[in-house]
Amino acid sequence: MEYTPPPFFRRGPSLLARLGLFVLLSLILLYADARFHYMEAIRRVVAIALYPLQQLADTPGAAASRIGNFFVSQSYLQRENDRLSHENFLHAGQLQSQQALIAENKHLRQLLELQERTEQTTTVAEILYVGRDSFTRKVIIDKGSSQGVEEGAAVVDDTGLIGQVTRTFPWTAEISLISDREQVVPAQVVRNGLRAAIFGVGYDGALDLRFMPVNADVENGDVLVTSGIDGVYPAGLPVAIVSNIERNAAYPFAKITCTPAAGANRNRQVLVLSRLAPLPEYPVAADTKKAKARKARKGG
Amino acid sequence: MMRSPMFGRLTGSEEILLPVRPLYLAVTLFVALMVNLLPLTGWVLALRPDFVALVLLYWGIFQPRKIGFMPAFLLGLAMDVADGSLFGQHALAYSVMMFAGIALHRRVSMFEMRQQILHVLPILLIMQLIVLGVRQAAGGQFPGWWYFLSSITGALLWPATDLLLKIPLRQRIGLDEA
Repeated sequence: MEYTPPPFFRRGPSLLARLGLFVLLSLILLYADARFHYMEAIRRVVAIALYPLQQLADTPGAAASRIGNFFVSQSYLQRENDRLSHENFLHAGQLQSQQALIAENKHLRQLLELQERTEQTTTVAEILYVGRDSFTRKVIIDKGSSQGVEEGAAVVDDTGLIGQVTRTFPWTAEISLISDREQVVPAQVVRNGLRAAIFGVGYDGALDLRFMPVNADVENGDVLVTSGIDGVYPAGLPVAIVSNIERNAAYPFAKITCTPAAGANRNRQVLVLSRLAPLPEYPVAADTKKAKARKARKGG
Repeated sequence: MMRSPMFGRLTGSEEILLPVRPLYLAVTLFVALMVNLLPLTGWVLALRPDFVALVLLYWGIFQPRKIGFMPAFLLGLAMDVADGSLFGQHALAYSVMMFAGIALHRRVSMFEMRQQILHVLPILLIMQLIVLGVRQAAGGQFPGWWYFLSSITGALLWPATDLLLKIPLRQRIGLDEA
Protein backbone atom coordinates (compact mmCIF):
# COMPACT_ATOMS: atom_id res chain seq x y z
CA MET A 1 0.00 0.00 0.00
CA GLU A 2 1.33 3.38 -0.86
CA TYR A 3 -0.22 6.48 0.64
CA THR A 4 1.52 9.12 -1.46
CA PRO A 5 0.75 11.98 -0.85
CA PRO A 6 -1.96 11.75 1.78
CA PRO A 7 -5.01 12.59 -0.32
CA PHE A 8 -6.96 14.19 2.45
CA PHE A 9 -8.86 16.44 0.15
CA ARG A 10 -9.52 14.08 -2.76
CA ARG A 11 -11.04 11.20 -0.94
CA GLY A 12 -14.52 11.74 -2.27
CA PRO A 13 -17.62 10.62 -0.45
CA SER A 14 -17.30 8.26 2.50
CA LEU A 15 -17.31 4.50 2.05
CA LEU A 16 -20.79 4.16 3.47
CA ALA A 17 -22.15 6.87 1.16
CA ARG A 18 -20.63 5.15 -1.86
CA LEU A 19 -22.06 1.81 -0.74
CA GLY A 20 -25.46 3.47 -0.35
CA LEU A 21 -25.29 4.87 -3.87
CA PHE A 22 -24.44 1.53 -5.46
CA VAL A 23 -26.96 -0.40 -3.36
CA LEU A 24 -29.66 2.07 -4.36
CA LEU A 25 -28.65 1.77 -8.01
CA SER A 26 -28.78 -2.05 -7.88
CA LEU A 27 -32.12 -2.02 -6.10
CA ILE A 28 -33.58 0.26 -8.76
CA LEU A 29 -32.28 -2.07 -11.48
CA LEU A 30 -33.63 -5.11 -9.64
CA TYR A 31 -37.04 -3.55 -9.18
CA ALA A 32 -37.23 -2.38 -12.79
CA ASP A 33 -36.23 -5.84 -14.03
CA ALA A 34 -38.35 -7.93 -11.71
CA ARG A 35 -41.52 -5.88 -11.92
CA PHE A 36 -41.55 -4.21 -15.31
CA HIS A 37 -38.91 -6.03 -17.40
CA TYR A 38 -37.45 -2.68 -18.42
CA MET A 39 -33.91 -3.98 -18.56
CA GLU A 40 -34.14 -6.20 -21.65
CA ALA A 41 -32.49 -3.62 -23.92
CA ILE A 42 -29.52 -3.12 -21.58
CA ARG A 43 -29.32 -6.85 -21.05
CA ARG A 44 -29.09 -7.33 -24.80
CA VAL A 45 -26.24 -4.82 -25.09
CA VAL A 46 -24.29 -6.48 -22.27
CA ALA A 47 -24.99 -9.88 -23.81
CA ILE A 48 -23.49 -8.76 -27.13
CA ALA A 49 -20.40 -7.54 -25.30
CA LEU A 50 -20.15 -10.83 -23.40
CA TYR A 51 -20.70 -13.05 -26.45
CA PRO A 52 -17.07 -13.20 -27.63
CA LEU A 53 -15.92 -13.86 -24.05
CA GLN A 54 -18.44 -16.65 -23.78
CA GLN A 55 -17.19 -18.17 -27.02
CA LEU A 56 -13.61 -17.90 -25.78
CA ALA A 57 -14.48 -19.59 -22.50
CA ASP A 58 -16.25 -22.33 -24.42
CA THR A 59 -13.24 -23.01 -26.66
CA PRO A 60 -11.23 -25.40 -24.43
CA GLY A 61 -14.23 -27.63 -23.79
CA ALA A 62 -15.30 -27.60 -27.42
CA ALA A 63 -11.76 -28.41 -28.58
CA ALA A 64 -11.50 -31.26 -26.07
CA SER A 65 -14.76 -32.79 -27.23
CA ARG A 66 -13.69 -32.39 -30.87
CA ILE A 67 -10.43 -34.20 -30.15
CA GLY A 68 -12.39 -36.83 -28.20
CA ASN A 69 -14.72 -37.30 -31.17
CA PHE A 70 -11.76 -37.85 -33.45
CA PHE A 71 -10.62 -40.87 -31.47
CA VAL A 72 -13.99 -42.62 -31.38
CA SER A 73 -13.47 -46.28 -32.08
CA GLN A 74 -14.40 -47.90 -35.37
CA SER A 75 -16.67 -50.45 -33.70
CA TYR A 76 -18.64 -47.73 -31.95
CA LEU A 77 -19.21 -45.92 -35.23
CA GLN A 78 -20.18 -49.17 -36.91
CA ARG A 79 -22.71 -49.92 -34.19
CA GLU A 80 -24.15 -46.46 -34.28
CA ASN A 81 -24.41 -46.55 -38.04
CA ASP A 82 -26.31 -49.84 -37.85
CA ARG A 83 -28.68 -48.44 -35.24
CA LEU A 84 -29.30 -45.24 -37.18
CA SER A 85 -29.97 -47.00 -40.47
CA HIS A 86 -32.37 -49.32 -38.66
CA GLU A 87 -34.15 -46.33 -37.10
CA ASN A 88 -34.15 -44.55 -40.41
CA PHE A 89 -35.82 -47.55 -42.01
CA LEU A 90 -38.52 -47.59 -39.33
CA HIS A 91 -39.09 -43.86 -39.59
CA ALA A 92 -39.28 -43.98 -43.37
CA GLY A 93 -42.21 -46.37 -43.11
CA GLN A 94 -43.95 -44.14 -40.61
CA LEU A 95 -43.24 -41.08 -42.69
CA GLN A 96 -44.81 -42.59 -45.80
CA SER A 97 -48.02 -43.30 -43.95
CA GLN A 98 -47.81 -39.86 -42.39
CA GLN A 99 -47.87 -38.15 -45.78
CA ALA A 100 -51.17 -39.83 -46.44
CA LEU A 101 -52.39 -38.91 -42.95
CA ILE A 102 -51.46 -35.25 -43.41
CA ALA A 103 -53.37 -35.12 -46.68
CA GLU A 104 -56.34 -36.86 -45.10
CA ASN A 105 -56.23 -34.58 -42.08
CA LYS A 106 -56.17 -31.51 -44.30
CA HIS A 107 -59.11 -32.83 -46.27
CA LEU A 108 -61.09 -33.60 -43.14
CA ARG A 109 -60.32 -30.18 -41.66
CA GLN A 110 -61.55 -28.56 -44.86
CA LEU A 111 -64.70 -30.65 -44.70
CA LEU A 112 -65.30 -29.63 -41.08
CA GLU A 113 -64.33 -26.02 -41.89
CA LEU A 114 -61.72 -26.01 -39.15
CA GLN A 115 -58.74 -23.71 -39.24
CA GLU A 116 -55.87 -25.36 -41.03
CA ARG A 117 -52.73 -26.17 -39.15
CA THR A 118 -49.80 -24.22 -40.36
CA GLU A 119 -46.58 -25.96 -41.18
CA GLN A 120 -43.85 -25.27 -38.68
CA THR A 121 -40.32 -24.42 -39.56
CA THR A 122 -37.58 -25.76 -37.35
CA THR A 123 -34.10 -24.58 -36.46
CA VAL A 124 -31.42 -26.98 -35.26
CA ALA A 125 -29.46 -25.51 -32.37
CA GLU A 126 -26.82 -26.69 -29.97
CA ILE A 127 -26.80 -26.14 -26.22
CA LEU A 128 -23.90 -23.84 -25.40
CA TYR A 129 -24.06 -24.12 -21.65
CA VAL A 130 -26.42 -24.75 -18.78
CA GLY A 131 -27.58 -21.61 -17.00
CA ARG A 132 -25.50 -20.99 -13.87
CA ASP A 133 -28.31 -19.34 -11.95
CA SER A 134 -29.15 -21.92 -9.28
CA PHE A 135 -32.67 -20.56 -8.82
CA THR A 136 -33.94 -21.33 -12.31
CA ARG A 137 -33.61 -24.14 -14.84
CA LYS A 138 -32.31 -22.66 -18.06
CA VAL A 139 -29.99 -23.51 -20.92
CA ILE A 140 -28.42 -21.25 -23.51
CA ILE A 141 -28.41 -22.30 -27.18
CA ASP A 142 -26.21 -21.09 -29.99
CA LYS A 143 -28.98 -19.72 -32.23
CA GLY A 144 -30.60 -16.34 -31.63
CA SER A 145 -32.87 -13.76 -33.11
CA SER A 146 -30.60 -13.30 -36.14
CA GLN A 147 -31.26 -16.96 -37.06
CA GLY A 148 -35.00 -16.55 -36.66
CA VAL A 149 -35.42 -17.88 -33.14
CA GLU A 150 -38.39 -16.16 -31.54
CA GLU A 151 -39.36 -15.71 -27.93
CA GLY A 152 -42.04 -18.15 -26.90
CA ALA A 153 -41.03 -20.85 -29.39
CA ALA A 154 -41.14 -24.46 -28.22
CA VAL A 155 -37.88 -26.43 -28.05
CA VAL A 156 -37.77 -30.21 -28.47
CA ASP A 157 -35.16 -32.92 -28.70
CA ASP A 158 -35.52 -36.33 -30.34
CA THR A 159 -37.72 -37.70 -27.55
CA GLY A 160 -39.96 -34.83 -26.53
CA LEU A 161 -40.47 -31.32 -25.27
CA ILE A 162 -37.56 -29.64 -23.48
CA GLY A 163 -38.78 -26.13 -22.90
CA GLN A 164 -39.53 -22.76 -24.34
CA VAL A 165 -37.43 -19.86 -25.60
CA THR A 166 -37.83 -17.09 -23.03
CA ARG A 167 -35.19 -14.58 -24.06
CA THR A 168 -33.45 -13.99 -27.36
CA PHE A 169 -30.17 -12.30 -28.01
CA PRO A 170 -28.70 -11.71 -31.48
CA TRP A 171 -26.68 -14.96 -31.55
CA THR A 172 -27.89 -16.87 -28.55
CA ALA A 173 -31.19 -17.62 -26.90
CA GLU A 174 -32.22 -18.64 -23.43
CA ILE A 175 -34.51 -21.64 -22.99
CA SER A 176 -36.52 -22.12 -19.82
CA LEU A 177 -36.75 -25.87 -19.29
CA ILE A 178 -40.09 -27.43 -18.42
CA SER A 179 -38.53 -28.41 -15.09
CA ASP A 180 -38.24 -24.70 -14.18
CA ARG A 181 -40.59 -23.89 -11.34
CA GLU A 182 -42.30 -21.14 -13.30
CA GLN A 183 -43.01 -23.23 -16.40
CA VAL A 184 -46.42 -24.74 -16.94
CA VAL A 185 -47.22 -26.97 -19.91
CA PRO A 186 -50.82 -27.70 -20.86
CA ALA A 187 -50.91 -31.42 -21.50
CA GLN A 188 -53.23 -34.23 -22.33
CA VAL A 189 -53.25 -37.90 -21.37
CA VAL A 190 -52.84 -39.87 -24.60
CA ARG A 191 -54.94 -42.79 -23.35
CA ASN A 192 -58.15 -40.87 -22.68
CA GLY A 193 -57.64 -37.28 -23.78
CA LEU A 194 -57.86 -35.92 -20.24
CA ARG A 195 -56.41 -32.40 -20.10
CA ALA A 196 -54.07 -31.33 -17.35
CA ALA A 197 -51.31 -28.89 -16.55
CA ILE A 198 -47.76 -30.01 -15.92
CA PHE A 199 -45.72 -27.87 -13.54
CA GLY A 200 -41.97 -27.84 -13.18
CA VAL A 201 -40.62 -28.52 -9.71
CA GLY A 202 -37.26 -26.79 -9.97
CA TYR A 203 -35.00 -29.79 -10.48
CA ASP A 204 -34.32 -32.35 -13.18
CA GLY A 205 -36.03 -35.68 -13.52
CA ALA A 206 -39.47 -34.87 -12.13
CA LEU A 207 -42.58 -32.91 -13.08
CA ASP A 208 -45.84 -32.38 -11.23
CA LEU A 209 -49.29 -32.97 -12.64
CA ARG A 210 -51.26 -30.60 -10.45
CA PHE A 211 -54.92 -29.89 -9.79
CA MET A 212 -56.13 -33.33 -10.81
CA PRO A 213 -59.00 -34.61 -8.66
CA VAL A 214 -58.30 -37.63 -6.48
CA ASN A 215 -60.51 -39.80 -8.66
CA ALA A 216 -59.04 -38.59 -11.97
CA ASP A 217 -58.47 -41.33 -14.53
CA VAL A 218 -54.69 -41.26 -14.54
CA GLU A 219 -52.57 -44.39 -14.27
CA ASN A 220 -48.92 -45.12 -13.83
CA GLY A 221 -47.21 -45.19 -17.20
CA ASP A 222 -49.67 -42.85 -18.89
CA VAL A 223 -48.03 -40.78 -21.61
CA LEU A 224 -48.69 -37.04 -21.50
CA VAL A 225 -48.43 -34.95 -24.65
CA THR A 226 -48.92 -31.22 -25.19
CA SER A 227 -52.55 -30.38 -25.79
CA GLY A 228 -51.88 -27.33 -27.95
CA ILE A 229 -54.70 -25.27 -26.45
CA ASP A 230 -52.34 -22.59 -25.16
CA GLY A 231 -51.21 -21.47 -28.59
CA VAL A 232 -47.57 -21.79 -27.51
CA TYR A 233 -46.71 -25.46 -27.73
CA PRO A 234 -47.85 -27.37 -30.81
CA ALA A 235 -50.18 -30.25 -29.99
CA GLY A 236 -48.89 -33.81 -29.63
CA LEU A 237 -45.32 -33.34 -28.37
CA PRO A 238 -44.44 -35.95 -25.74
CA VAL A 239 -43.85 -34.23 -22.40
CA ALA A 240 -43.79 -36.79 -19.61
CA ILE A 241 -44.75 -40.23 -18.37
CA VAL A 242 -46.69 -40.64 -15.14
CA SER A 243 -44.44 -42.36 -12.65
CA ASN A 244 -46.13 -42.09 -9.26
CA ILE A 245 -49.65 -41.35 -8.06
CA GLU A 246 -50.65 -40.69 -4.46
CA ARG A 247 -54.37 -40.56 -3.92
CA ASN A 248 -55.13 -39.26 -0.46
CA ALA A 249 -58.77 -38.45 0.19
CA ALA A 250 -57.70 -35.89 2.78
CA TYR A 251 -56.54 -33.59 -0.02
CA PRO A 252 -58.69 -32.28 -2.84
CA PHE A 253 -56.10 -33.15 -5.48
CA ALA A 254 -54.07 -36.23 -6.19
CA LYS A 255 -50.29 -35.92 -6.02
CA ILE A 256 -49.08 -37.10 -9.41
CA THR A 257 -45.41 -37.15 -10.28
CA CYS A 258 -44.12 -37.68 -13.81
CA THR A 259 -40.75 -38.30 -15.37
CA PRO A 260 -39.98 -36.02 -18.29
CA ALA A 261 -39.88 -37.65 -21.71
CA ALA A 262 -36.91 -35.58 -22.84
CA GLY A 263 -34.14 -33.83 -21.05
CA ALA A 264 -31.67 -31.08 -21.82
CA ASN A 265 -29.05 -33.16 -20.02
CA ARG A 266 -29.17 -35.97 -22.59
CA ASN A 267 -27.85 -34.52 -25.80
CA ARG A 268 -26.61 -31.19 -26.99
CA GLN A 269 -28.66 -30.90 -30.18
CA VAL A 270 -32.12 -29.44 -29.87
CA LEU A 271 -34.79 -28.34 -32.33
CA VAL A 272 -36.44 -24.93 -32.04
CA LEU A 273 -39.94 -24.98 -33.52
CA SER A 274 -41.29 -21.76 -34.96
CA ARG A 275 -44.12 -19.94 -33.22
CA LEU A 276 -47.62 -21.16 -33.96
CA ALA A 277 -50.04 -19.00 -35.89
CA PRO A 278 -51.60 -16.62 -33.36
CA LEU A 279 -54.84 -17.84 -31.88
CA PRO A 280 -57.99 -15.82 -32.52
CA GLU A 281 -58.59 -13.01 -30.05
CA TYR A 282 -60.00 -14.09 -26.74
CA PRO A 283 -63.64 -13.01 -26.71
CA VAL A 284 -64.16 -10.22 -24.22
CA ALA A 285 -67.46 -9.96 -22.40
CA ALA A 286 -69.23 -6.65 -22.92
CA ASP A 287 -69.24 -5.53 -19.29
CA THR A 288 -65.52 -6.19 -18.73
CA LYS A 289 -64.80 -4.17 -21.86
CA LYS A 290 -66.66 -1.26 -20.37
CA ALA A 291 -64.81 -1.64 -17.12
CA LYS A 292 -61.51 -1.66 -18.95
CA ALA A 293 -62.41 1.50 -20.85
CA ARG A 294 -63.34 3.16 -17.60
CA LYS A 295 -60.06 2.12 -16.09
CA ALA A 296 -58.15 3.47 -19.08
CA ARG A 297 -59.95 6.76 -18.86
CA LYS A 298 -59.13 6.99 -15.18
CA GLY A 299 -55.51 6.16 -15.83
CA GLY A 300 -55.19 8.68 -18.69
CA MET B 1 3.62 -10.65 17.85
CA MET B 2 2.37 -12.30 14.70
CA ARG B 3 4.17 -10.98 11.68
CA SER B 4 2.01 -10.58 8.63
CA PRO B 5 3.33 -12.44 5.61
CA MET B 6 1.13 -10.22 3.46
CA PHE B 7 1.51 -6.67 2.27
CA GLY B 8 2.17 -5.89 5.91
CA ARG B 9 2.32 -2.17 6.31
CA LEU B 10 2.34 -1.97 10.05
CA THR B 11 4.29 -5.07 10.92
CA GLY B 12 7.10 -4.61 8.45
CA SER B 13 6.79 -7.39 5.94
CA GLU B 14 9.22 -10.08 4.96
CA GLU B 15 8.43 -9.39 1.34
CA ILE B 16 8.11 -6.07 -0.42
CA LEU B 17 5.92 -6.37 -3.46
CA LEU B 18 5.89 -4.25 -6.57
CA PRO B 19 3.12 -1.64 -6.80
CA VAL B 20 -0.02 -2.92 -8.46
CA ARG B 21 -0.81 -1.34 -11.79
CA PRO B 22 -4.47 -0.78 -12.69
CA LEU B 23 -3.91 -2.81 -15.86
CA TYR B 24 -2.90 -5.80 -13.76
CA LEU B 25 -6.07 -5.46 -11.69
CA ALA B 26 -8.15 -5.36 -14.86
CA VAL B 27 -6.40 -8.41 -16.32
CA THR B 28 -6.92 -10.50 -13.17
CA LEU B 29 -10.60 -9.54 -13.02
CA PHE B 30 -10.99 -10.36 -16.70
CA VAL B 31 -9.41 -13.80 -16.22
CA ALA B 32 -11.70 -14.42 -13.24
CA LEU B 33 -14.70 -13.51 -15.38
CA MET B 34 -13.55 -15.93 -18.09
CA VAL B 35 -13.21 -18.74 -15.53
CA ASN B 36 -16.72 -17.96 -14.28
CA LEU B 37 -18.02 -18.20 -17.84
CA LEU B 38 -16.67 -21.75 -18.33
CA PRO B 39 -19.51 -24.02 -19.41
CA LEU B 40 -19.69 -26.26 -16.35
CA THR B 41 -22.58 -28.44 -15.24
CA GLY B 42 -23.68 -30.56 -12.32
CA TRP B 43 -21.58 -30.90 -9.19
CA VAL B 44 -18.61 -29.06 -10.63
CA LEU B 45 -20.88 -26.07 -11.13
CA ALA B 46 -22.25 -26.36 -7.59
CA LEU B 47 -18.76 -26.56 -6.13
CA ARG B 48 -17.24 -23.89 -8.35
CA PRO B 49 -16.46 -20.79 -6.34
CA ASP B 50 -17.40 -17.40 -7.71
CA PHE B 51 -13.94 -16.41 -8.96
CA VAL B 52 -15.00 -12.86 -9.82
CA ALA B 53 -16.16 -12.36 -6.23
CA LEU B 54 -12.98 -13.91 -4.90
CA VAL B 55 -10.65 -11.70 -6.94
CA LEU B 56 -12.74 -8.59 -6.28
CA LEU B 57 -12.63 -9.27 -2.56
CA TYR B 58 -8.90 -9.92 -2.71
CA TRP B 59 -8.20 -6.56 -4.31
CA GLY B 60 -10.72 -4.87 -2.05
CA ILE B 61 -8.76 -6.10 0.95
CA PHE B 62 -5.22 -5.63 -0.32
CA GLN B 63 -5.59 -2.70 -2.72
CA PRO B 64 -8.56 -0.73 -1.40
CA ARG B 65 -7.28 2.51 -2.93
CA LYS B 66 -6.98 1.07 -6.42
CA ILE B 67 -10.35 -0.61 -6.64
CA GLY B 68 -13.74 0.80 -5.82
CA PHE B 69 -17.37 -0.04 -6.13
CA MET B 70 -17.53 0.59 -9.87
CA PRO B 71 -15.68 -2.57 -11.02
CA ALA B 72 -17.70 -4.64 -8.54
CA PHE B 73 -20.95 -3.18 -9.78
CA LEU B 74 -20.15 -3.55 -13.49
CA LEU B 75 -18.82 -7.10 -13.13
CA GLY B 76 -21.96 -7.90 -11.14
CA LEU B 77 -24.09 -6.72 -14.06
CA ALA B 78 -21.98 -8.81 -16.44
CA MET B 79 -22.48 -11.89 -14.27
CA ASP B 80 -26.23 -11.23 -14.13
CA VAL B 81 -26.48 -11.19 -17.90
CA ALA B 82 -24.23 -14.22 -18.33
CA ASP B 83 -26.24 -16.22 -15.81
CA GLY B 84 -29.59 -14.96 -17.06
CA SER B 85 -30.49 -14.04 -13.49
CA LEU B 86 -32.26 -10.93 -12.27
CA PHE B 87 -30.56 -7.77 -13.48
CA GLY B 88 -28.71 -6.26 -10.51
CA GLN B 89 -28.64 -9.10 -8.01
CA HIS B 90 -24.92 -9.78 -8.39
CA ALA B 91 -24.25 -6.05 -8.70
CA LEU B 92 -25.88 -5.54 -5.30
CA ALA B 93 -24.11 -8.51 -3.73
CA TYR B 94 -20.68 -7.57 -5.10
CA SER B 95 -21.11 -3.95 -3.98
CA VAL B 96 -21.87 -5.01 -0.41
CA MET B 97 -18.99 -7.52 -0.52
CA MET B 98 -16.67 -4.77 -1.74
CA PHE B 99 -17.80 -2.59 1.15
CA ALA B 100 -17.01 -5.36 3.61
CA GLY B 101 -13.62 -5.93 2.00
CA ILE B 102 -12.60 -2.25 2.02
CA ALA B 103 -14.01 -1.63 5.50
CA LEU B 104 -12.14 -4.61 6.93
CA HIS B 105 -8.96 -4.29 4.87
CA ARG B 106 -6.74 -3.11 7.74
CA ARG B 107 -8.00 -5.87 9.99
CA VAL B 108 -7.89 -8.79 7.54
CA SER B 109 -4.45 -8.02 6.15
CA MET B 110 -3.01 -8.17 9.67
CA PHE B 111 -3.88 -11.82 10.03
CA GLU B 112 -2.13 -14.88 8.71
CA MET B 113 -3.62 -17.04 6.02
CA ARG B 114 -5.80 -19.40 8.07
CA GLN B 115 -7.30 -16.53 10.01
CA GLN B 116 -7.90 -14.63 6.80
CA ILE B 117 -9.95 -17.57 5.54
CA LEU B 118 -12.17 -17.21 8.59
CA HIS B 119 -12.75 -13.57 7.61
CA VAL B 120 -13.32 -14.28 3.94
CA LEU B 121 -15.82 -17.09 4.48
CA PRO B 122 -18.49 -14.97 6.22
CA ILE B 123 -18.06 -12.18 3.67
CA LEU B 124 -18.64 -14.64 0.81
CA LEU B 125 -21.58 -16.17 2.67
CA ILE B 126 -23.15 -12.75 3.16
CA MET B 127 -22.67 -12.12 -0.55
CA GLN B 128 -24.55 -15.33 -1.36
CA LEU B 129 -27.21 -14.59 1.25
CA ILE B 130 -27.93 -11.28 -0.48
CA VAL B 131 -28.40 -13.06 -3.80
CA LEU B 132 -30.60 -15.61 -2.05
CA GLY B 133 -32.63 -12.87 -0.35
CA VAL B 134 -33.18 -11.03 -3.62
CA ARG B 135 -34.34 -14.21 -5.33
CA GLN B 136 -36.65 -15.17 -2.48
CA ALA B 137 -38.15 -11.67 -2.58
CA ALA B 138 -38.67 -12.05 -6.33
CA GLY B 139 -40.50 -15.34 -5.82
CA GLY B 140 -37.70 -17.85 -6.29
CA GLN B 141 -37.34 -20.99 -4.26
CA PHE B 142 -34.51 -22.12 -2.03
CA PRO B 143 -32.19 -24.20 -4.23
CA GLY B 144 -30.84 -26.35 -1.37
CA TRP B 145 -27.99 -26.15 1.10
CA TRP B 146 -25.43 -27.11 -1.55
CA TYR B 147 -25.92 -23.56 -2.79
CA PHE B 148 -23.56 -22.32 -0.07
CA LEU B 149 -20.83 -24.81 -0.97
CA SER B 150 -19.38 -22.35 -3.46
CA SER B 151 -18.61 -19.90 -0.65
CA ILE B 152 -16.79 -22.62 1.26
CA THR B 153 -14.70 -23.67 -1.73
CA GLY B 154 -14.09 -20.00 -2.45
CA ALA B 155 -12.79 -19.40 1.07
CA LEU B 156 -10.64 -22.54 0.87
CA LEU B 157 -9.15 -21.26 -2.38
CA TRP B 158 -8.17 -17.97 -0.72
CA PRO B 159 -4.52 -18.99 -0.13
CA ALA B 160 -4.23 -20.18 -3.73
CA THR B 161 -5.72 -16.89 -4.95
CA ASP B 162 -3.21 -15.03 -2.81
CA LEU B 163 -0.28 -17.02 -4.20
CA LEU B 164 -1.39 -16.70 -7.82
CA LEU B 165 -2.19 -13.01 -7.75
CA LYS B 166 1.11 -12.18 -6.03
CA ILE B 167 3.36 -13.97 -8.52
CA PRO B 168 3.70 -11.04 -10.96
CA LEU B 169 4.18 -8.65 -8.03
CA ARG B 170 7.31 -10.36 -6.71
CA GLN B 171 10.44 -8.30 -7.06
CA ARG B 172 12.97 -9.78 -9.39
CA ILE B 173 16.05 -9.74 -7.23
CA GLY B 174 18.29 -10.82 -10.07
CA LEU B 175 17.70 -7.54 -11.84
CA ASP B 176 19.05 -5.53 -8.95
CA GLU B 177 22.28 -7.46 -8.83
CA ALA B 178 22.91 -7.20 -12.55
